[in-house]
Amino acid sequence: MNMKKNEEFMPKIIAFLCNWCSYAGADLAGTSRIKYPPSILPVRVMCSSRVDPLFVLNAYLGGADGVLVAGCHPGDCHYQEGNYFTRRRFAMLKKIVEGAGLESDRLRLSWVSASEGTKYAQVATDFTSKIKELGANSAKYKIFI
Amino acid sequence: MTKTIQTTKSTEEAVKDFLKTLLEKEKVCGVFTLKKITSKAVAYTLVTDPAELDDAVPLYPLMPVNAGKLLSRFSLKGSSKKPVIAVVKPCELRGFVELIKREQGSIDNLFIMSFTCGGVFPTSTEVDGTAEKQLGSYWETVKKGMVNKDVRPTCQSCEEFIPYTADITLEVLGKTDIDKQCIMHITSKKGELLFEDNKNKFIEKDLDTKKLDTIRKQRSQEKEKLYEQLDKKLTNIDGLIEIFSKCLSCHGCSKVCPICYCKLCEFESADAEYGPSQYDSELKKRGGLRVPPGTIYFQLGRLSHISISCVACGACDDVCPVDIPVAMIFKKIGESVQQMFDYVPGKDYDEPIPLVTFENEEFSEIEE
Repeated sequence: MNMKKNEEFMPKIIAFLCNWCSYAGADLAGTSRIKYPPSILPVRVMCSSRVDPLFVLNAYLGGADGVLVAGCHPGDCHYQEGNYFTRRRFAMLKKIVEGAGLESDRLRLSWVSASEGTKYAQVATDFTSKIKELGANSAKYKIFI
Repeated sequence: MTKTIQTTKSTEEAVKDFLKTLLEKEKVCGVFTLKKITSKAVAYTLVTDPAELDDAVPLYPLMPVNAGKLLSRFSLKGSSKKPVIAVVKPCELRGFVELIKREQGSIDNLFIMSFTCGGVFPTSTEVDGTAEKQLGSYWETVKKGMVNKDVRPTCQSCEEFIPYTADITLEVLGKTDIDKQCIMHITSKKGELLFEDNKNKFIEKDLDTKKLDTIRKQRSQEKEKLYEQLDKKLTNIDGLIEIFSKCLSCHGCSKVCPICYCKLCEFESADAEYGPSQYDSELKKRGGLRVPPGTIYFQLGRLSHISISCVACGACDDVCPVDIPVAMIFKKIGESVQQMFDYVPGKDYDEPIPLVTFENEEFSEIEE
């Protein structure tokens, strides 16, 4: 709606990255100069389980084209078991979003460790291209939200 | 087989007599039950004087407030020092169990009597007096085990009408002779404490599950029909807006919800208010904004809080001033979430809420 015709759609993806693994992984992707699309807006959280489902809903309804939550691999959580709770919560959240008739494909959970710079770039690239297929989040332009 | 007491009085009378005897013999010091205020209105009341039970209506098909919420308030600061018996509906009991799991109440010194439930009328029918008029037809459908079209939609489609954790379970639904007899199953060890004097009267009998299974089937069909109607609307963001844009943000649905227990609700806190810069940025994006904003955020947020434990009592539907079908939406989405964790809210005191526990290997499909 607000876009010029020929301008290519570049999604806005809010990414909640855990401080110990995924944020460091994103850092590594940067320092290793691995290329990935400039669509990700990272938010650093101390643990992926710090991500209240409300954060994700707020981002989605606020018009984010995608929301990524990334944390340590299961078993590797800095706080031992935070990401296990994240996983259950995220599964629930996806179900709710789907049940409400919204696009649960715009939400993604990924495990990226501190040494996985390439995986982080891969996740960012994949997710961006998937969101490009879905197009802009129509919730962005709704007045009665 | 379950220990059972069978008497040849109408179920309602037999229950009242039983409660009176409990008070008189000081087996319990209080009875928590529905009691008539006027000829039309009822309220949950805690009674200690047996005479006050004369106009008690323990099986009355109304739920002014979900009793689970009331029992939680009653036992929030500690369990009662003296034993109390509460007569509640199955979903109210399940709500209470969910609250106990959240440390919002205690079952100590509390006996629970419940029954196979035929559903309740919307509270509006209490206000305009239609509930009183429909009582006859209500009990007819309950006896025959048919779906009553006047009860709450969540009740019409309720498949969890047998109480799980009651100490005493009355057989009501699908029983043609409830006017002539009362079947009381003692469904817990704790419940037997109340029958120490009449142990010789125990017979061995189980719930008539065959009849109840057919009732469950009817209700399931009803549920599918109601879900289909919802599915037509819940297809995209516009569908959600169509349903929820009428919302006044009164938050009545969360006030009456037995699972919503926060004293300070996130959605009513200062954090939920938009500041000038937030209005600015939102308006820049959207070109307009309803005031107050955030109705869909509130509903989806509330779903993220309670869907795992929603007992589908339908109280939220009842209080909505703009007739949003909140209860059916929450029931539908709640059910899908609960199924994912193989969880029936309120079934068992000891089963943890799925979100506070985990398995090491599970939901691998969630991660991409």
